[in-house]
Amino acid sequence: MSTRYFGAPVARIEDPRLLSGGGNYVDDIVLPGMLHAAFLRSPVAHGRIRSIDRSAAGAMPGVHAVYTMADFAAISGGPMPPMAPHPLLKTPITCRPLTDDEVRYAGEPIAIVLAESRARAEDALAAIVLDIEHLPTVADARAAAVKGAPRVHSERESNLIATLRGTHGKVDEVFATAAHRFVESFATHRGGCHAMECRGVVASVDGASGDLTLFTSSQSPYMVRRFLAGYLGRDESEIRVVAPDVGGGFGPKANVYPEEFAVALAAIQSGRPVKWIEDRQEHFLATTQQRDQFWTLEVACDAQGRMLGVRGRCVHDNGAYAPYGLILPATALASFPGPYALEAFDIAIDVVLTNLVPTSPVRGAGRPNTAFVLERLADCVARRLGLCRAEVRRRSFVRADQMPYVTGGKMRDGSPVAYDSGDYANALDLVLEKIDAAGIAQRRTAAAKRGRLLGLGLASCVEDTGLGPFEGATVRVTPAGKVIVSTGAASQGQGHATIFAQIAADALGVDIGDVIVRSGDTGAFPLGISTIASRIAVTAGSSIEIAARKVRDKAIKVAAHLLEVAEHDLEIGDGAVRVVGVAGMNVTLAAIARTLSGAAGVKLPAGVEPDLAATGYFETSQLAFAYGSHACEVEIDPDTGDARITRYVVAHDCGRLINPRLVDGQIRGGVVHGIGNALFERMQHDEAGQPLTTTYGDYLLPAASEMPDIEIHHIETPSPRNPIGVKGAGEGGTIPAAACVISAIEDALGATAPPITMHPVSPEQILQWINISKT
Amino acid sequence: MKASAFAYHDPRTCGDLIGLIARLDNAKLLAGGQSLMPMLNLRLVAPDHLIDINRIPELSGIRISAEQVEIGAMTRQADLQASGDLAAVAPVFRQALAHVGHFQTRSRGTIGGSCCHLDPAAELPALCALFDAEFDVVGPRGARIVAASDWFCGTLQSALDEREILRAIRLPPWPRGHGFGFNEYARRRGDFAIAGAAALLELAADRTIRRAAIVAFGVEPAPRRLVRTETALIGQRLDQEAIAAAAEEARGLDAMSDVHASAAYRRHLAGGVTKRALADAVDATEAPR
Amino acid sequence: MTARRISARVNGRMIEAEVEVRVGLADFLRGQLGLTGTHLGCEHGVCGACTIIVDQQPVRSCLMLAVQVDGADVETVESLGTPDTLSPLQQAFSDHHALQCGFCTPGMLMTLEAYLRERPSPTREEVRDVLSGNLCRCTGYQGIVDAALQAAQARKVSS
Repeated sequence: MSTRYFGAPVARIEDPRLLSGGGNYVDDIVLPGMLHAAFLRSPVAHGRIRSIDRSAAGAMPGVHAVYTMADFAAISGGPMPPMAPHPLLKTPITCRPLTDDEVRYAGEPIAIVLAESRARAEDALAAIVLDIEHLPTVADARAAAVKGAPRVHSERESNLIATLRGTHGKVDEVFATAAHRFVESFATHRGGCHAMECRGVVASVDGASGDLTLFTSSQSPYMVRRFLAGYLGRDESEIRVVAPDVGGGFGPKANVYPEEFAVALAAIQSGRPVKWIEDRQEHFLATTQQRDQFWTLEVACDAQGRMLGVRGRCVHDNGAYAPYGLILPATALASFPGPYALEAFDIAIDVVLTNLVPTSPVRGAGRPNTAFVLERLADCVARRLGLCRAEVRRRSFVRADQMPYVTGGKMRDGSPVAYDSGDYANALDLVLEKIDAAGIAQRRTAAAKRGRLLGLGLASCVEDTGLGPFEGATVRVTPAGKVIVSTGAASQGQGHATIFAQIAADALGVDIGDVIVRSGDTGAFPLGISTIASRIAVTAGSSIEIAARKVRDKAIKVAAHLLEVAEHDLEIGDGAVRVVGVAGMNVTLAAIARTLSGAAGVKLPAGVEPDLAATGYFETSQLAFAYGSHACEVEIDPDTGDARITRYVVAHDCGRLINPRLVDGQIRGGVVHGIGNALFERMQHDEAGQPLTTTYGDYLLPAASEMPDIEIHHIETPSPRNPIGVKGAGEGGTIPAAACVISAIEDALGATAPPITMHPVSPEQILQWINISKT
Repeated sequence: MKASAFAYHDPRTCGDLIGLIARLDNAKLLAGGQSLMPMLNLRLVAPDHLIDINRIPELSGIRISAEQVEIGAMTRQADLQASGDLAAVAPVFRQALAHVGHFQTRSRGTIGGSCCHLDPAAELPALCALFDAEFDVVGPRGARIVAASDWFCGTLQSALDEREILRAIRLPPWPRGHGFGFNEYARRRGDFAIAGAAALLELAADRTIRRAAIVAFGVEPAPRRLVRTETALIGQRLDQEAIAAAAEEARGLDAMSDVHASAAYRRHLAGGVTKRALADAVDATEAPR
Repeated sequence: MTARRISARVNGRMIEAEVEVRVGLADFLRGQLGLTGTHLGCEHGVCGACTIIVDQQPVRSCLMLAVQVDGADVETVESLGTPDTLSPLQQAFSDHHALQCGFCTPGMLMTLEAYLRERPSPTREEVRDVLSGNLCRCTGYQGIVDAALQAAQARKVSS
């Protein structure tokens, strides 16, 4: 099998279309008779609806209808199905597509207006008279966790919905006998996903068949179909869900949302296609985000600073509902012990409701939070014992010769986590060499001459990728010689079509320009799971390899028959199957496809089934573990507290690289997101649960002018756990990045400044720490 | 986020504009739109009438004479930035304009719009305060000149009454070779300043200060001239002590507190930007002829 | 009056249309002219995804009304090239992986197109500065900066 494309920085096949304005995002979709929707959303964080007067709104020009949940009673009702049921959640905690009694976060949808234009729909919103009784509100997870706190749901006595616990080893013994123990508290905050394209749905019902079609800017079209079908009491075959071009996902678009359901219900009720495009204000209010985790952890280490055990507790802000189950805090828990060979750990995460929009995974999910606390603990050990930070890591890392390493953690299905491969110390040494850590003292002095503080930060992570159970693909050669790859995997910019085409082109020996990829459409491929958790290259990529190999094998079998040679004398390449070493003796894939598409009365050769096509699923119950080390330099202006990242270096192992350019793009984008989490992004609410940062003037995203160039060094340890040897790369850039930046700031401020145990940090806070360090 | 409905007017002359202002209630002027359009889209404002003043040529232009620099209210920030004539006579403008918004906003944003909207962190109103500008205002009841000291009437509140428009801004130029300095701190390029300062210096032959003007902005709701320092500097050299005193006056301002910064931090920054603006002003000063 | 007739040159072609006065320029281009290449990311003038060129100047089309381009010369991303004949700037974006989801990309392209017309030899830092008004969540910006510099180089060579 040639590897002409695999491993090459092939230009993306998506690009020409996207570059010339030919993208097809959900707001680009226009259907005849389409109405535009706007949602009436709760103005308060906790309240009970007394009445809704829609009479004036419904009479306004261009307004077609104003629906509340009651209007859909003949179609369906009840709460949304939970996406990820968990045994600890006895009853799911989800909202209804439209709430008509108790609202539990500011922004919760209450009614949907359908009108000739979005502007007219918004005009009507303003005319709806909503009488809502305020209820006591709690907006801080720690306050909500206290007994007697205001109830987030008035019928739930406690805001604590679950405590997740992960234990390993003899914790008490390890702590009792350790040479040193240190306690630290951490506050990690991650904001919203802020894909540049907000969410959006177009729903329409086919007049003839009654089938429902949904275009939705989603990472999980198959989940939308599954749950909507269940909710509507329909067969999945009657519903088609398509993720068109999606302008970024980053996690929250993997959820199934009340607005998706409400728009579908509105389309059914009204008999017209309905489009809803989330605007950016709504995105701040009603798209899930991550927010606060408050950790108190104790680390035990030996006299040489080798970390032996970690124990402690976290309070996790889950928001007002659990639409995504407990996946986010569970992922944080499952990420222990990171790259560290801890003999014991005991971590409890209290999952707490608040009257804020629900939280769910944002790029990295809980892994960045866990990486942050582990990396800060490692720095803490170094600081307290006067050791080199890198040395504490080297002593504490899982060693390469310990692989496969059973960590003591558990996967989603309860099975034990075992790291497959990796040399964490090597990655750390590589990144420290590339950033010239040895020369930092000199650079620090030079910076001081310019009136700046300079710090070096480091952080490492392990990233579980390739989550199962499967993805699938059909590979089909057409009589014209094109190769159609159909898969369930949805894309939001990762370049999946390109890497899938690379795999298929290599397996079938065709030119990549002859490969067409179709994805993210439940009508084009029967099954799919979701694009999350850095899983698609592993699962969908492998499934394409499997399917393409089957097609190749079939083509060779047919060619052997047609050319009257043995199969082992044949090879595939240049769009044909040919006899090795005999020029001119070949049959094209197109010809084979034509033959296998049949002619009346003509028997198919070789006893094969019709169609030069095959379907393959890659199933896995294991994970493929990527890992990386990051190092960065940060310069601080002691007058303003401004922190500027001047260098950023990554050493990263995500197995074989299908397309190095695309992997680099994922890492760079991920790192910049992490820098945003370190320095810029804080989603603020007041005590009444009102969001305070609802525009890009208040909520700061990282911009080009402040970001560093990011240097990347790849280590390619093929994963033994899938046929193409890859590991995912979507989140590895983000996972240790905030920890790395914070590590650098702490280093810049010096030993007399307090340790930094939170993110994001502001220049004002940095200034305060500088002042403390002087006194 | 779509604007609510309004009636749209686009007068072609100042006279037509004044006629519209005289008779229309609940009207808003659309200048560059960089501040008003977001508010319209967010439905923070819902005027019945929108009067687009982008097609009135007489409202634009930079006219420089020995006695004054007159800038039409609708002059685009990009044109101010590009004007070599303005850069020659009032070089601090070009420095400040590099911080005003972004490449895409300066092509539409106007100096008049900025000076009527009066975001506390806006650079151009601060420069107008720095120069003791005069605001040429006109309305149905006639024209008047408003001095800079009377222009700033509160947070986002200019001296314009409901039926007046700003026609032009006039600045008395400082002598050729005057020192100028500008400094602001913002989290990201183009963001509103958390605190900023600008300074103008005129030196005597012996390098003592003949005249000084210093303004701090982004700190209080309106730009604030550091009058105490300006007076104290006359006849002095700008040494470390003088700069420190200026910083102290800046740190004594009644600073705002918001999601971006506390009052205490703003006061601290005010001192820093003032120092840097003054230091730059001294460096930029050419010896008087 | 709630509607106006406007005429404008859009991507080199004269068009005439009746527009509601409150309709934003981006909505007009996308909805009435079918030029869906221009995207709306925030509608309050920060993200830059909606950037186009009007009368040779880069503007945020979410902050203009459709009626305001009566008599104007409007260029959107569709004017730069086609999938088969990408402009040097577009080609540079592809060469340097300067786009992932593609949503911010039209705004990036039009900002750089306007910028490179007047500033043909920017430094890396200057490119990062001019891009400060265009947000991207996918790429981390580095590829975009690389692409801009390649395109600047290509312009120099060809001129």
